[in-house]
Amino acid sequence: MNRFAALLDRLAYESGRNAKIRLMADYFATTPDPERGIALAALTGALSFANAKPGLVRALIQERADPVLFAMSYDYVGDLSETVALMWPLPEGAAPPDHAPSLSDIVHGLETLPKRALPGQLADWLDGLDDTGRWALLKLITGALRVGASARLAKTAVASLGGIAPDEVELVWPGLAPPYLDLFAWVEGRAPRPENLDPAPFRPVMLSHAIEDSDFLALDPAAFTAEWKWDGIRIQAVAGVSPEGEKIVRLYSRTGEDISPAFPDLVEALDFEGAMDGELLVVREGRVQSFNVLQQRLNRKTVTAKMLRDYPAHMRAYDLLVEAGEDLRDQPFAARRARLAALIARTAASRLDLSPLVPFASWEALAAARADPASAGAGVDAEAVEGVMLKRADSLYLPGRPKGPWWKWKRDPHTVDAVLMYAQRGHGKRSSYYSDYTFGVWTQAEGVDTLVPVGKAYFGFTDEELLAIDKFVREATVNRFGPVREVLHEPDAGLVLEVAFEGLARSTRHRSGIAMRFPRIARLRWDKPPREADRLETLEKLLGPVG
Amino acid sequence: MRPDQLLHPAQGGLYCPKGDFFIDPTRAVPRALITHGHSDHARAGHGHVLATRETLDLMAIRYGEKFAGATQAIAYGESVEIDGVRITAHPAGHVLGSAQFELSWRGCTIVASGDYKDARDPTCAMFAPVRCHVFISEATFGLPVFRHPDAAAETAKLMNSLHVFPERAHIVGAYSLGKAQRVMALLRAAGHSAPIYIHGALEKITAYYQTRGIPLGDIRLAKEAKKADFAGAVVIAPPTSITDIWSRKFPDPVTAFASGWMRVRARARQRGIELPLVISDHADWDGLTAAISATGCEEVWVTHGAEDALVHWAMTRQLRARPLHMVGYGEEENEGPPEEPPAPEATP
Ligand SMILES: [Zn+2]
Ligand SMILES: [Zn+2]
Repeated sequence: MNRFAALLDRLAYESGRNAKIRLMADYFATTPDPERGIALAALTGALSFANAKPGLVRALIQERADPVLFAMSYDYVGDLSETVALMWPLPEGAAPPDHAPSLSDIVHGLETLPKRALPGQLADWLDGLDDTGRWALLKLITGALRVGASARLAKTAVASLGGIAPDEVELVWPGLAPPYLDLFAWVEGRAPRPENLDPAPFRPVMLSHAIEDSDFLALDPAAFTAEWKWDGIRIQAVAGVSPEGEKIVRLYSRTGEDISPAFPDLVEALDFEGAMDGELLVVREGRVQSFNVLQQRLNRKTVTAKMLRDYPAHMRAYDLLVEAGEDLRDQPFAARRARLAALIARTAASRLDLSPLVPFASWEALAAARADPASAGAGVDAEAVEGVMLKRADSLYLPGRPKGPWWKWKRDPHTVDAVLMYAQRGHGKRSSYYSDYTFGVWTQAEGVDTLVPVGKAYFGFTDEELLAIDKFVREATVNRFGPVREVLHEPDAGLVLEVAFEGLARSTRHRSGIAMRFPRIARLRWDKPPREADRLETLEKLLGPVG
Repeated sequence: MRPDQLLHPAQGGLYCPKGDFFIDPTRAVPRALITHGHSDHARAGHGHVLATRETLDLMAIRYGEKFAGATQAIAYGESVEIDGVRITAHPAGHVLGSAQFELSWRGCTIVASGDYKDARDPTCAMFAPVRCHVFISEATFGLPVFRHPDAAAETAKLMNSLHVFPERAHIVGAYSLGKAQRVMALLRAAGHSAPIYIHGALEKITAYYQTRGIPLGDIRLAKEAKKADFAGAVVIAPPTSITDIWSRKFPDPVTAFASGWMRVRARARQRGIELPLVISDHADWDGLTAAISATGCEEVWVTHGAEDALVHWAMTRQLRARPLHMVGYGEEENEGPPEEPPAPEATP
């Protein structure tokens, strides 16, 4: 477990794609079966545990450590599992165990142990592991393990062991199971290629590049088609028939993760046979809901009847990879699109529809459509449009991110000039800085202009800007409430922040009546007096009609 | 007699009224005892400085020969008397020349340990606990989450990365006095015999370590090397340089940082570090508590860092303990959090 944990730790810090592949490949090449196969399962998300609640972890540390010291440590580190992993002491006078549990030991234990035996076993494992191993174990058992690499990257690392193309591994993957002995044997040249018998396998997806202004010069608008870029989740819906004659439908995320269990309503509704590319959305009363609404359905292993009723899942299709066993990926996009349109016209599934094309004659015309999707065909769904997608009509479906055939052209983020009102100390690394900011815009209240808070941001700034804001907060404090300071915010004295955000939603929880999505500090406007900051009415216009 | 008649915190540092001297004063004073050469402890401009030979030499390298009106060297184990107060120097194990000062007067013994660590370090003398009534301890890593792993194991992480990425330069951020040279020695002990490249800011201090008989192998200036030399090489630079323009000349660098703060993930991520190395010249939690116990002291004074947790721990061990709330320490090393400044007056 210690070695696997060290790999996870290193992956979390490394940002380079190739470097991540090399780190994983080095691990696979130097770790024996079945340990490496269990690790591959963990890296690809095929393993997940949530045996322990944070309360159990707290109880374990309270038994071992002084509660005051634990509280001080937790306050400093800001993460429960990490705090416990770092401070976990052996019982006084005990010698460290001479054997560290392997990942396989732990996975086997978690699958077979009765619940009441878990705390004792967990303490034994923690005693045997190093601090990184403890950290990974606690994250694993609380279901909070985040792998700093996609499943695709892990498979690419396995493929690199034998110089095999990653897509070859993708093709056989759905038929494999941990600890993947047959897969490693094949890539290392010790056995033939495993056969994929899965009737509904994932196909590696094709991705687009973000388009820059300068790219347009080289592109001919006549060679491209455009569609709305929906603010949902990209999925691949695959339906096939098992050898037993049973219909199998699966929904995959763009990385190949099977997310079907979270969307039984959509799975049940799909009535085609093949593989389809599209956007997962929540549609209520004929209208696409915002990403905030969709979020209620994401990252859930199970789903309640109420969620199914309140947040019905929908697929808006934009590509067809396979139809009734016929692979269409080597056909041009225009041909695939025609097949898709015909299929959707035949389907009885009301939860499935076709993502419309956006007609345009020039880049200027498309820019206008992108700026105002409501008038350019998106109608009531315009709020769920986050830009346009450009696809060459002759583009084949190529896995990965080839440069040229597909482009995404996102809408510009909204910005607002707001006034810093309150600042709060951050957590963990930032505990010595005022790094969480509440900002407001002007509104009239009883005939007087006052600031009303409209959001909170705690990132977007550079380290230097953080220091500058921190200094300002300390110097301009007018009030203290525990970790929060109210700072000077008068018409002619205070700090104006340019805040970028992705969208607005109505909110009854906020005094201003609005909630901002994904706000972050874009710039510090030292040059601007607070009286020139934006007004609430400006934001309200962005909300559109009440609905 | 109360111990604070012998030594007490005052404006500018710990002050001994009987001998009229300060320890590690943060402002210029007529008479100073300096525990070690880090610039938050060793400042220029004092009238008279008592310190180890190495600390005096390092101060001269940093501030020029005229850094003080007069200097006096004291060796480990040696005692001098100032107005009846007997002062003895003992190794602190922090960096080359670092000392603890044992002060004795009328049967009361106080040890001011400056910065210290109890881990093995081939570049300086090992920390030696001294029996005393009052032990004055730092608390830079005074929380139980700070338990530094074996430095050799951390060095092995760097060696493994060199093996996996033989074409990338490995830039290691390390404080220029002490940490940088310790990383060099650790790499040599791990069998890394290739040239190690350094930032110009490390040149004089590293050369001084070598003249004191500490073998660091083939050390070269990065500015005199060609780009191709850096493939698979270790480059050591001050922490502030590893992510600035200076680092851009290296091929696809792996950014490492050798510091006790790297123990906490959020902190490593905040700095954009790819390879955190938990190597510290300060005692960790286990080291602090073991050192305090080993002195057999009745009372602990905690100078700077996470005072509260260490004071709490001492009380649970039936020791008198108090935080001194000393300001001005811990910043020079540029690897700690900024100190919370005194509360500003409320703006009307
Ligand atoms: Zn120091
Ligand atoms: Zn210090």
